Amino acid sequence: VLEQIDWSQVNWARGQFALTAMFHWIFVPLTLGLSFLLAFFESLYVKTGNETWKRITKFWMSLFAVNFTIGIATGLILEFEFGTNWANYSWMVGDIFGAPLAAEGIFAFFIEATFFAVMFFGWNRVSKGFHLFSTWMVAIGSNLSALWILVANGWMQYPVGMAFNPETARFEMENFWQVLFSPTAIGKFTHATSSGFLLGSLFVVSISAWFLLKKRHTDMAKKSMVVASVFGLLASAFVIFTGDEAAYTSARVQPMKLAAMEGLYKGETNAGLVMLGILDPTHLPGEDDDPFLFDVKIPGVLTLLANRELGTFVPGVDDIVYGNEALGIMSTRDKINQGRAAIKALGEFKNALNEAQARVALNEFNKYKEFLGYGYLTSPEQAVPPVGLTFYSFHIMVMLGFLFPVIFLGVLFFLFRKTLEKQTWFLRVAVLSLPLGYVAQETGWIVAEVGRQPWAIQGLLPVGVAISDLTTGTVQLTFFMFLTLFTVLLIAGIRIMTRQIALGPEE
Amino acid sequence: MFGQLAHSQLQELWWIVVSLVGSLFVFMTFVQGGQSLLGTLAKTDRQKSLILNSLGRKWELTYTTLVLFGGAFFAAFPKFYATSFGGAYWVWILILFTFTLQAVSYEFRRKEGNLLGPRVYETFLFINGALGILLIGAAVGTFFTGSHFQINVFNLGSWKHPLRGLEAAMVPFNLAMGLLLVFLSRTLGAMYLVNNIRHAAIEKKSRAAAFRNFLYLVPFLLYILYSLLTMQGFALDPATGAISLEKGKYFANLMAMPVVMLLLIAGILLIATGAVVTGYTNKRLGIWLAGPGTVCTCLALFFLAGFNNTPFYPSVFDPQSSLTIYNASSSHYTLTAMAYIALAVPFVLAYIAWVWRIMDRKKLDVSEFEGEAAKELY
Repeated sequence: VLEQIDWSQVNWARGQFALTAMFHWIFVPLTLGLSFLLAFFESLYVKTGNETWKRITKFWMSLFAVNFTIGIATGLILEFEFGTNWANYSWMVGDIFGAPLAAEGIFAFFIEATFFAVMFFGWNRVSKGFHLFSTWMVAIGSNLSALWILVANGWMQYPVGMAFNPETARFEMENFWQVLFSPTAIGKFTHATSSGFLLGSLFVVSISAWFLLKKRHTDMAKKSMVVASVFGLLASAFVIFTGDEAAYTSARVQPMKLAAMEGLYKGETNAGLVMLGILDPTHLPGEDDDPFLFDVKIPGVLTLLANRELGTFVPGVDDIVYGNEALGIMSTRDKINQGRAAIKALGEFKNALNEAQARVALNEFNKYKEFLGYGYLTSPEQAVPPVGLTFYSFHIMVMLGFLFPVIFLGVLFFLFRKTLEKQTWFLRVAVLSLPLGYVAQETGWIVAEVGRQPWAIQGLLPVGVAISDLTTGTVQLTFFMFLTLFTVLLIAGIRIMTRQIALGPEE
Repeated sequence: MFGQLAHSQLQELWWIVVSLVGSLFVFMTFVQGGQSLLGTLAKTDRQKSLILNSLGRKWELTYTTLVLFGGAFFAAFPKFYATSFGGAYWVWILILFTFTLQAVSYEFRRKEGNLLGPRVYETFLFINGALGILLIGAAVGTFFTGSHFQINVFNLGSWKHPLRGLEAAMVPFNLAMGLLLVFLSRTLGAMYLVNNIRHAAIEKKSRAAAFRNFLYLVPFLLYILYSLLTMQGFALDPATGAISLEKGKYFANLMAMPVVMLLLIAGILLIATGAVVTGYTNKRLGIWLAGPGTVCTCLALFFLAGFNNTPFYPSVFDPQSSLTIYNASSSHYTLTAMAYIALAVPFVLAYIAWVWRIMDRKKLDVSEFEGEAAKELY
């Protein structure tokens, strides 16, 4: 299809998408979590009639608005970037990928947009009950939009419910329900939204802790913290549970990603889970030396995580790249050869002069089509994602994931003992935990997306084929345009929020 | 239900859906029109604030409609999404930029610590209202005048003009389409403000602006209508799939589809009536005439561009590469599934209308600046 892939353009386009997605994801998880917290606060106001809860709701709502607006602004960029920078992708999988995007617009965005206006400007225009309903609708709408886009992302990780149509030279949907209810789609949705709940809770806890340290708005801060800590604790448990589920799914559908997450080069029976480790940056796939300079492992746990059964085998990078006959794992070289045969047959089918020729070519194509995407790879090692980035991101995310529930528990414990305001050291940790929450969010997506390179669509479409017909210079130029824009927006957004926090809620 | 339809019927159904979303978007650009009129209509900070708060309660819906338009095009006609977005790169990137600037401007403008100061955010809103709409109009113009691209046997496109889409803005027809949309958005914006705000000075200026901007759009509208009736267009031979240039193609389309002619005439009349009613009476219903009028007119344009065996995204570089609703669409299965999803659209429109009614029951006036709600204003 593409004789020459301009890798510098591919990498700039990847960089641009990563930039936009990571910037977008600074704002989205807070929207997902804080929207529900607003709904809880306002429900308490409506139920108790206590004006303090109304002031609490309004204070967090003013921060929510700033965050929400940047999330919306960057969401549109992401949607358009599929077309502008990944045009071939848009054609080759648009038949499947476009549907959830449109559904997101119809089912979710209008709910958000309509009820957001009521939530902000409706305090004196609609009844108390309708206002509360609107706040809940914003929370539900936001999380519904996450559902659809994560279904789309889940499909990229584990393409199901479709088939390649050689006539149109694209993948076409065959089963909408399989796409919607694929285990990766559900896994992505539950893990991402619950991590959003966690971040929202952390946001409230952290800023409230700052108020307590400053001895300002202490009553409201403590009230906010009770609700946020309970929500955050529940969310943390769910994050851990769905994270475990995600690792199990990865082992089934993206074993290479799991191997990279754990820095596992040589597969093992009863493989151990790395608690801490430093990878040898010079280690290459296929080499026999130890990939770790230093590591602490718990024996058998990786096998349990991946297969939920002791005595089973977890394949490593080398098993997947070079094959493992004993275990029936096909080598990437064989897949590449089959993929190339499929691409050749597709070309012959497209250029066939008569029906007989076309039929022969099509039969040939059907024989090898399963590995079509591999035909674009130039070497088996290309199928290996950046192991270091994936490994470190994964371990940072997991460690932080176990730290946050401790903070929520601590808040509840000290609140129960009525000594929270005196725990200066603990409150400082709570304040500092917020940036860590963002780190956990971003590293999570690095695991998900870097860990599946070089694939835009797992096993079917490498990023190099998915791009638009552009020059490197063009993509560089827009990269820096977006970088400048995002930097300005981020600085302005943070400044506005910190001013609002410094001002604090009305007393 | 939809599964029984032929692929071509689903493609036509989806062209109607996409056209409807696009037309509703143009109606909703009254927000952008209001933004570009801000300097004209508001003399004091308070007037400015009143106008921006009136528009600020609707901007997200316009924005969301644009997102849905993109999403629906992606889902139903992915080849257009791939060819145009990846090809006419700079037009779309610039449009994108102006809308991103808009999205933060309402919220950031009056906030302490906003880094750039209120003036800059107001300029962003103006840029979105003027340049953003102009470029969208120019892009729509290429539905008739064509673009420079080629599609290979694998249906992958490549752009053949070095300006990557910006060349569209240099074709008089496209430019006229852009300016038409700009003045139309201003006409609608002024009418919306007349309806939504209770403030004598703003109302007086808005009424005048509505009629004046309508007058500005007339020459561009006439030029476009004249061009459409006389220009040659691209025609698809349904038997062979070949595409050729045909004299008076859009005139022929109009004759072949009386409903479209009716939509066009009714639409233009409604817009004109709205302008006259707003400019010369004290009624506030102009937006409810010109708004639906805009939807009818835009529907007519979309139908002229895509129906009656007409490629809706023609290539002047290689006519055989032109995109039709038949060769650019998703599969039968996807269009069917999407049609079920689209059944939700009437419900969406219904709850939006319902919520708006509740929210707009009390119109905006200076009392907004008093009391506890004042702090939350944009």
